[in-house]
Amino acid sequence: MSLTSPPDLGVVLPRRYRRLRIGHPAMRRPLAITGAVILVIWVLAAILAPVLAPDKPDAVTSSLFAAPSSAHLFGTDQLGRDVLSRVLYGARISVPVSALLVLISMVIGSTLGSIAGYFGGFVDGLIMRLVDLVFAFPAIILALVVTAVLGPSLQNAVFALVLVSWPTYARVVRGLVLSAGNAEYVQTSRLLGASARQTLVRDVLPNVIGPVVVLATLDFGNAILLLAGLSFLGLGAQPPTAEWGAMVSAGTQYFQYWWMSTFPGLAIFTCVLALNFLGDSLRDALDPHGSWTTRGGGR
Amino acid sequence: MANAGWQRLLPSRAFGRFVGRRLVALVILSIGIVVVTFVLTHMVPANPALANLGQNPTPSEIRNFEQINGLNKPLPVQLGLYFEHLLQGNLGTSEVTNDPIVHDLGQTIPATAELAILSIAIALVFGVGFGLLAALRRNTVTDFILRILSLVGVSVPTFWLALIALYLFFFKLGIFPGGSRLSPADVPPPHVTGMYTVDALLAGQWSTLWDALRHLILPAIILAAANMGLLTRYTRSAVLEVMEQDYVRAARAKGLSRRSIVFGHILRAALPSIVTVIGLAFANVLTGAVLVENIFSWPGIGQYGYQASVALDLPAIAGVSLFIAVVYIVINFIVDVLYGVLDPRVRIQ
Repeated sequence: MSLTSPPDLGVVLPRRYRRLRIGHPAMRRPLAITGAVILVIWVLAAILAPVLAPDKPDAVTSSLFAAPSSAHLFGTDQLGRDVLSRVLYGARISVPVSALLVLISMVIGSTLGSIAGYFGGFVDGLIMRLVDLVFAFPAIILALVVTAVLGPSLQNAVFALVLVSWPTYARVVRGLVLSAGNAEYVQTSRLLGASARQTLVRDVLPNVIGPVVVLATLDFGNAILLLAGLSFLGLGAQPPTAEWGAMVSAGTQYFQYWWMSTFPGLAIFTCVLALNFLGDSLRDALDPHGSWTTRGGGR
Repeated sequence: MANAGWQRLLPSRAFGRFVGRRLVALVILSIGIVVVTFVLTHMVPANPALANLGQNPTPSEIRNFEQINGLNKPLPVQLGLYFEHLLQGNLGTSEVTNDPIVHDLGQTIPATAELAILSIAIALVFGVGFGLLAALRRNTVTDFILRILSLVGVSVPTFWLALIALYLFFFKLGIFPGGSRLSPADVPPPHVTGMYTVDALLAGQWSTLWDALRHLILPAIILAAANMGLLTRYTRSAVLEVMEQDYVRAARAKGLSRRSIVFGHILRAALPSIVTVIGLAFANVLTGAVLVENIFSWPGIGQYGYQASVALDLPAIAGVSLFIAVVYIVINFIVDVLYGVLDPRVRIQ
């Protein structure tokens, strides 16, 4: 029990976990499929941007503020750059950088969380107080301070966001390791003579991986939002980089040319929505209790 | 009856101990927050003396600046000084506005408080309503639509939503004003709380109240989007959990009205789980406020903190993060205690 709030993502962690199977019925539902399709489209857009984009992201033309037309599907910005091309190239920043951010947070958080859960005692106390401390600040405030102090750049924004997002994983993994360690089947396996490593890999790990994957999927969406938010504030990616948040920010100064901020914003929105569709469905697959898909109220 | 209800709320011994433990944790965490804020804002690569004295300061100017701000002393001594000043209610002076930070906070906090309170209220009404509806209509089209709505709410970038809303409702339709707290023609009401709506109400200035509300409503709705999504989800799962309980079946079996079952039995029991999200909702509103206040030129603490961090105004950054973190853990403390009040099982642990 600690004073600070539950993990920062609105994840309602289930009491009992199921092992995650990709073929699970919940995964075949329309929401999961829609999410996966949109996500694949964005990943493809990121990879194929040089082929798909009609223009280079920083190619300046003489048609400034051109409204969307057949020549420029998403219009052009204040320097006459093609917004569609910039949005496509933007996927090359937001998607992989946020993925990296989540991966680093996940590795650091899960490692510290399992150390805390496994060893307990002083190490546990130390790590968890650190977690409490980070949780005591709303993420954006801490990120704001860190990026301000280190100077605005994409790397520093990522660093700041890793700093605020690892504790979620630490807390969840610690809880999972603790509860799995006390579970009867783990005790039994130990009594039957399995080594500590066998127990950890065969019995504890599978129980930890599912919830962490769900958490990471939902955190991925959140990371994209926060990173774009910091760039929007001018604390992340710097111009002329084609980054979605920074593009929306540029659009605020040219209010009447709605296409400048609408399309990059739509890109952020669809990307995050897809991840949340997917994460939500994964959560259902993992925890049928109280999910949005299971039928009947059987316990 | 009222008496019995009151007695039930009187702190038992276990509850007193529960609150006491939480209070101790609160104090320890607050000290930790001060240390973290101090370390973050003092172990910086950027040199605050250079940042403040402009181009090419003379060495004596730098020495003077460091003397005044205690920058030439070792860090632990500086930390001690920082605590001492804090206890005297002194957060230092902003390097941008040249005002005491406490004064600046006093100016900006009411603006954000007004916005945050209205926004959380909107999110609570719609989130809890939608969540309840989704649970009662489980696995129907309504449920599915509400699920998508709640996911949209948590997925939409707040700053983008704010821009679109401004474009539509201000620029195109002209229904709402385009930012700031009052129309230029309007004079702020006499200062009591600093919240314009409340102050206007107290002074009986109806036209000012109306104007302040018109400025408040659009940013408040935008800030409510994420929390509405969050609360829909929490309420839905909390209500579903309760609906399966035996006493709900019993209430249904003995023929209670649907309304009485839903509000008296189900929602009452689901309330503790819903209350726990309020701390999180506050964090969400603040995150949104940093972005939305910027777009709506709302002179609140989010914008103040943002401007301080852009200008590397370290005392102001420290003051803002300190204040917000302490409010945040105090809210979480209140939520914890409230949870104990609403759900007596929590106290005995």
